[in-house]
Formats: sequence, C-alpha cells, structure tokens
Amino acid sequence: MKSMLAGFVAVAVIGVVAYYGLHEIGFSSQEVYSGENVRLD
Amino acid sequence: MLRHLMAFFILALAALPFSATAQDVRLPENATPSAIDRASTGGAQNLADIERRQSGAEIDDGFRRNNLGGDAATVPGLGPLGGRSDPDLWRGIRYGELPVKVSTMNKTGRVLVQDNGMWWLTLREGPVATYGLWLLLGTIILLALFFILRGRIRIEGGKNGRTVTRFKAIERFAHWMLAGSFILLALTGLASLFGRKVVIPLLGHDFNSTLLIGTKFIHNNVSWAFMIALVMVFVMWIWHNIPNKTDWVWIKQGGGFIGDKHPPAKKFNFGQKIVFWAVIVLGFSVSLSGLSLLFPFEIQLFGHTFGFINDIGMAEAAGYGPLQSDLTPHAEMQYAQLWHAIIGFVMMAVILGHIYIGTLGMEGAFDAMGNGEVDERWAEQHHSLWLDEVKQDKRRTPAE
Repeated sequence: MKSMLAGFVAVAVIGVVAYYGLHEIGFSSQEVYSGENVRLD
Repeated sequence: MLRHLMAFFILALAALPFSATAQDVRLPENATPSAIDRASTGGAQNLADIERRQSGAEIDDGFRRNNLGGDAATVPGLGPLGGRSDPDLWRGIRYGELPVKVSTMNKTGRVLVQDNGMWWLTLREGPVATYGLWLLLGTIILLALFFILRGRIRIEGGKNGRTVTRFKAIERFAHWMLAGSFILLALTGLASLFGRKVVIPLLGHDFNSTLLIGTKFIHNNVSWAFMIALVMVFVMWIWHNIPNKTDWVWIKQGGGFIGDKHPPAKKFNFGQKIVFWAVIVLGFSVSLSGLSLLFPFEIQLFGHTFGFINDIGMAEAAGYGPLQSDLTPHAEMQYAQLWHAIIGFVMMAVILGHIYIGTLGMEGAFDAMGNGEVDERWAEQHHSLWLDEVKQDKRRTPAE
C-alpha cells in the first residue's frame, strides 16, 4: 500500500512541478499567441 | 452725356443673358430634381450629376445612399475590388484559392476563414459524446452481467497462506502513478466534454465555469505524471508481454472459461497482454494528441498521417478517396481534439474491464498490486509457469 500512496503523491508532485515549469517556459496560448495589447481577461 | 447713357444701356443689355442662365439651373426650394438617366454607367453617377453638383443644384443621391453591398461588380471595371465580387473574394479565401499575405509571423494568422469549426463542434457534442457515453455504460452493463452470471472467480481450495512476490515496489509505484493519473484525467476529461450539456442545466453556469477551470488545471498538469508512468511501465513490462506460444493455449481455453482447467501462463497471460498493449498503444496515442492540444499549433500530426495513409493506398483500399492532407493549423487541432476524446473513451472502457478483474472479479488479484505478495495457490492457478520460474530462481539463489 506504501507504493500505491507513493504513486498518488508522485502524481500530485509532478502536477505541481509541471504547473510551475510550464508557466516558466510560457506555454499557454495566452502567452504564445497574444501580446500586451490584447486583453483576454 | 447722352453718349454715356447709351453705353450703359448697351452694357446692361449684353449682361442680361448671363444672369438669366444662372437663375434657370438653380431649382426652387421644394422642387423635385429631374431624373437623370444613369444607364450608361450602370447606375453610378455620371457627368450630368457632376455638372449639377458643380452648379449648386439640388441632387437626389438616393442612387448612391441606398446602394449598400449588392452586386457592384456588374459594372465592368467599376467594382470596388477591380471587378472581383465580394462573394468570389471570400470564397477564394475560404477555400484557399487566393494568396493571403499577412503581416503577422504567426502561421495561423494566414487562415482568415476556417469553416470546419461547426463540423468539429457538432461531431464532438453529438456522436463522439453520445457513442462514448454508450461505450462506457455498455461496458459497465456487460461487466455487471458477467458478474451476475459468473460470479467472483475464487481461488480453488482457498489460500494456503504462503505468498510469493509478484510485483516489486517500483513496479507497483509506476502502476499506481499510471492508474491515479489516468482516473484523474478520465474524470476531468469527461467533465470537459459533458460540462456544458450536463453540469450547466443541473448546477448552472457559474458552477460549471469553476469546475472546468479546475478540471483544465488538473488535466493539463497531471498528464505529465501519466506520460512518465506510461514510459516506466513500458520499460519494465514489455519483455513479459511479448506474445509467445503459451498464449495460444490460453486462447484455445478461452482464458479458462472453456473446459475445467486453468490455462498455463507466465508473468502475464494473454488477456493481461491485451490490456498492456492497449494501454501502451492507446496511451501513447492519447499522449501525443494531448501534447498537440497542450501546445496549440506546435505539433501537427494529422496532415502527415493522412498523407502517409494516402501514400500506402490505405484510403483507396478501404473504399475512400484520398484523405485531405494539407490541413490548416486549426483543422489539425480539431482532429487532435476528436482523436484525443475517442481514444480516451476506448481507454476508459478497457480500464473499466481491468479494474473489474483486478478487484471484484477475481479473488486474490488485488494483492498483486496492493502489497505485491500473492498467495501461492492463486499463482499456481493463474500463472503456473511464472511460479515455476520464481521457485527455480529461489532454488538457484543461496539463502543469505
């Protein structure tokens, strides 16, 4: 059961790392295909 | 004196015709301007209009004011676009027959009209969602019927208490990372597809908005754990999942349902191999289409694939004409989304079967992934060849 819990924790950790990592490289469409002159919010 | 009076009188008479002409062209305040024949210009203004305006006469400009749109190009050489009509222009843009030059470096900016959007939307909200849902419900019904008819597959003679290690910790870790991420991806994927149809009518727009912002966040970020775990599982288990002649015995015995004997199997039987390869192939495909969606317009898969299908003659062999391979970036995204959803549904159906047999359907099966230890009698009945190998390895390895 420890392995199961470790697997689930890994999903959460990788998810958080991916969130910050992806935003660090500016992956979102908003960043890639827009500029400061376009208001999306 | 008389001579001066005569000169003034003659000058006055000479000036009379000019003043009379100016009075004639200026219409009275309430007078209707006389109709001008514009047939020679196809309804556009002509010299008479220009002369009237220059002379300060009132002009009825209804012939221009009311002529909004329409077929301006019927006037040879006088159309606003040099004789090309608006519909022709937009048709050319829509079907890619005109060279479009744009100042943006973004390749998607070249596509001014892309009319596959409604086709994609209706397919996504219609057949994909409907048949996908039926596939899941059908699978659940079939599994329920199977359980009612067959019941739980018991360990014949019961557990004997001796256990053998079936999966190491790293194998179980990778399995649960794959399983946990897949369940999250499946649930958030379903919410994305059915949110508008199901959640909005039940719980309203605000709730659906919050839900979908959350599901998008989870779906985008958890996908990486799924892909990493998929690679781990592939590397660890591929050698055990290569088909061999033992599988033929398993097939002939219908996995144990034909006859009264358990078919022999190594670490994975043929049914498990089917699940493994389904997860690997479908998982790889869903990951690739998912990456294409995660980085819009960067990874284009379908134009190349359709071109390859055309090149090897597969489309013709299946009775279709050649597939369109010069897809717009938007069409690539639409195909990627549909493919992602369809493969996702098929995977969900396969995994439902896998979850059933690993929990409710078979006694002792969950232990393999729970703590990694399975009962020897379970192993004898379901993986006899593997158990023999494990026992031989134990005998070869001296006790520490």
